[in-house]
Parts: sequence; structure tokens; C-alpha cells
Amino acid sequence: MQITLSINGQNHGVDAPAATLLVEALRDHLGLTGTHIGCDTSQCGACHVLLDGVAVKACTVLAAQAQGQAITTIEGLGTQQALHPMQQAFRDAHGLQCGFCTPGMVMAGLEIVRRHGTQLTPELVAHELEGNLCRCTGYMNIIKAIVAGAAAMEQSHA
Amino acid sequence: MHDFALHRPRSLSEATAQFASGGEAAYLAGGHTLLPAMKSRLRMPDALVDLSGLGLSGIHREGDRLWIGAMTRHADVASGATAIPALASLAAGIGDAQVRNRGTLGGSVANNDPAADYPAAVLGLDAVVETDRATHAADDFFQGMFTTALADGEIITRIGFAIPQAAAYAKFRHPASRYAIVGVFVARFAAGWRVAVTGAGPGVFRWAEAEAALAAGQGANGVTLAADDLNSDIHAGAEYRAHLAGVMLRQAVATLA
Ligand SMILES: Cc1cc2nc3c(=O)[nH]c(=O)nc-3n(C[C@H](O)[C@H](O)[C@H](O)COP(=O)(O)OP(=O)(O)OC[C@H]3O[C@@H](n4cnc5c(N)ncnc54)[C@H](O)[C@@H]3O)c2cc1C
Ligand code: FES
Ligand code: FES
Repeated sequence: MQITLSINGQNHGVDAPAATLLVEALRDHLGLTGTHIGCDTSQCGACHVLLDGVAVKACTVLAAQAQGQAITTIEGLGTQQALHPMQQAFRDAHGLQCGFCTPGMVMAGLEIVRRHGTQLTPELVAHELEGNLCRCTGYMNIIKAIVAGAAAMEQSHA
Repeated sequence: MHDFALHRPRSLSEATAQFASGGEAAYLAGGHTLLPAMKSRLRMPDALVDLSGLGLSGIHREGDRLWIGAMTRHADVASGATAIPALASLAAGIGDAQVRNRGTLGGSVANNDPAADYPAAVLGLDAVVETDRATHAADDFFQGMFTTALADGEIITRIGFAIPQAAAYAKFRHPASRYAIVGVFVARFAAGWRVAVTGAGPGVFRWAEAEAALAAGQGANGVTLAADDLNSDIHAGAEYRAHLAGVMLRQAVATLA
């Protein structure tokens, strides 16, 4: 079927079977490989993207269901030269090791800011991150990164 | 995933006609049970009928009931079911934030997973389940593991929860899946108490001994649940679940609001 997706402010046409997951359309059809696939059971959060600003698991949404909504992927947040404050915070706080979970973690950070604002406590972030798994870091620096990234978003009005 | 035909009806009658148009069909709500089941090929429908275009979401109060549309997402119940705080907090404890941003009330209730949270609230709050063709009382709706009173192709449109004097839900969640190992919903009405248990048995059930003890003003301390018909699996044995039900009951009673 013909599917039109609005990704990071641009429309893309995809000709794909109805069974195509949003994450497959992004990665396999459009080459946007920043969104990762870490599990087959909807539990790891590596695939998080924003649909109209709300974080969802792109592995558990059909591409066809995302038509008509604004999709934001990790590629749409910042540029190599000017990272989004949440991305910059992950870099500054060493919020990653292998980096596999990181795109999903950054998106989860933005979801936490959407629901709780920019003044966050480590306890709240730890609780709200329950939909994201990391195999490397032990989470402490991820939590620090999200607290700092949220505060930086307040300053930069990102 | 096997491919399928995707239908996007604009009315209930269109949806039921598409459901019956040949082959195995399934309704698609939030997709957070159906799509994982399709990914693992537990289900391979020939057609999906997407319920998102039917205007089935929203929350409003009518007299002594809080009506919630079948397509209302868990996150919206968590923030919007203020008339029944126990229901809002139950919704806020389903899965994780991203699951709550997609999953729906109707999908959870139609699926009737023996460890799902909503069935405990539907039964505990003496809800009525309205469909495109009938109205089901909660006491008749849940019929054991993944089985409900819904006929093939019947669509839940909205669910009316009786507003209690006080209620609470206590859940011991499985740390990985976050479903209930045991969850107990307690509600006090002018007419008496209702206690519903999920996760422990092959389907959600009312706990008559607990209801009687609370109605008699004896509190929850001496109430026990027989392990005979409870689930035993790699996560917890039947004896453990029976004990846990008592612990969850006392936690719920201690936090009634
Ligand atoms: C990682 C993860 C964690 C989860 N944790 C929990 C948890 O802690 N507690 C919990 O209770 N659940 C949990 N769930 C399940 C989640 O709540 C699902 O959203 C819910 O069970 C199904 O709702 P849905 O809208 O996604 O339905 P779908 O997956 O779209 O549909 C489920 C079934 O119901 C049918 N259906 C859907 N809507 C209707 C309708 N209106 N009328 C008739 N039939 C309909 C469908 O055909 C399908 O058979 C979890 C899911 C995931 C992926
Ligand atoms: S890939 Fe989507 S949750 Fe794991
Ligand atoms: S940094 Fe390796 S999985 Fe998180």
C-alpha cells in the first residue's frame, strides 16, 4: 500500500505492505537507521520516536497508523554541529557506552519533559525510564543526563 | 509479520461489515497486545479493522457512572478519570509510559488477559460494557482466560464504571512484563463491598470472603484465599499467589480513597 509519512518536517512516500511497522519503514525503506530495534517483545524502548510529540514504540505501531501525524526521530532533533540540549547532555554526562539504547533514551527524556516539565529529580527520571533498557551503563549517567538535559531545555527553550 | 488487508472504517456498521468480509479478521485498537502477538506469529489475521476512526474515545460522567470510550488510551484514563482516583492510578501503573500512550481500555478488556489490570477495575466497579449490539454486566462479561461474553465481531464502544464511595487497587507487578502477578481491586459502595482479583487465577474473579469480611466490618486481616484454583508458573506458585492476594488486599484497604 502507499503510505505517506511526515518525518522531521518532511513528507515521504513509502510503498510497503500493510504489515510494515513504523520502525521498519523508517530504517528499511527510508534509511533512517537512528531509530533502533532492540527486542521483539515491545519492552526495550530502543525504537522510541515521537508521534505528534508523544513518545511511542515504533516497533509496535504500524507505519500506516502514523499517517497524518508528525513523526520525530533522533535524526530530527539536532545537527552534528548543534546537538539538541538533551543529546548534548548525554554526551556531557557520559550517558552512554555502546550507544545502542541511546536514541530511545533521548526520546524517553523528551517524553519525561513533556509530562513533567524541565525541573526533574533523579528519582522521578529513574521511575519514568521503566520502558527503556540499557545493557551497558547501569543507568546512573543516563539519569544524570536527562536531569541535566531537561534543565538545559529550559534555558534554550528547545 | 504476515501481511494482511488493513481496513479503516468510519462507522461501526462499516467496521462490522469489514470484519465479516471473509477470512480471519481482528480489530486493531492500540495494537499493544495484537501487534506483539502478530510479530511472534501467535496470531496471523487476514484482515485488520482499525477502530481509531470511530470516535470511541473520551471520558464523561453521567449520574453515578463514569463512562470511558473503548479507544481511550491508558495515559488519558490516568490523567482524566479524576472521578475515580483508584481507576486513574490503576491506568497509571499499566506497562510503561510508552505503552500507556498507545494501549486502550477496550483493547485490554476485550483481550481479558488473566494478568491484565483493567479487568479488576471493571469487575470491582460493577461496570457495564456497552457494545455495538448489547450491554454486558461485568459479572457476566469475563469468562476465564482470554474469554469474554463478546460475540465474534462484537465491538466494545464504551464502559460505564459505577462511581464508588471509596476504592483502591494494589498490584504486585512482574518486574519485567509489569503485568500483575496479583492485583486486588477493592471498592466500597452504599450497597456493599466488591473485591476483584486479577493475576492470581485463570481469569479475574470476585473474592467473596473478602467482600463478606469487609461488609461485616471485620477488616482484611483474617481473610485468606484458597490456593486450589490459582495459577502456578515460573513466576510464582499457587501458594505464593494466595498469600500475595492477602497482602495486596490489606494494602488496598489501607489506601482506600
Ligand atoms: C511492554 C508491555 C507491557 C504491558 N504491561 C501491561 C500491564 O502492566 N498491565 C496490563 O493490563 N496490560 C499491559 N500491557 C498490555 C496493554 O495494556 C495493551 O495495550 C492492552 O492489553 C490491549 O489494548 P490495545 O488497545 O493495545 O489492544 P490491541 O492490541 O489493539 O487489541 C487487543 C485485542 O482486543 C481486540 N479489541 C481491541 N479493541 C476492541 C474493541 N473496542 N472491541 C472489541 N475488541 C477489541 C483486538 O481485536 C485484539 O484481539 C502491556 C503491553 C506491553 C507491550
Ligand atoms: S524494539 Fe521496540 S521496544 Fe524493543
Ligand atoms: S549504552 Fe549500550 S545499551 Fe545502553
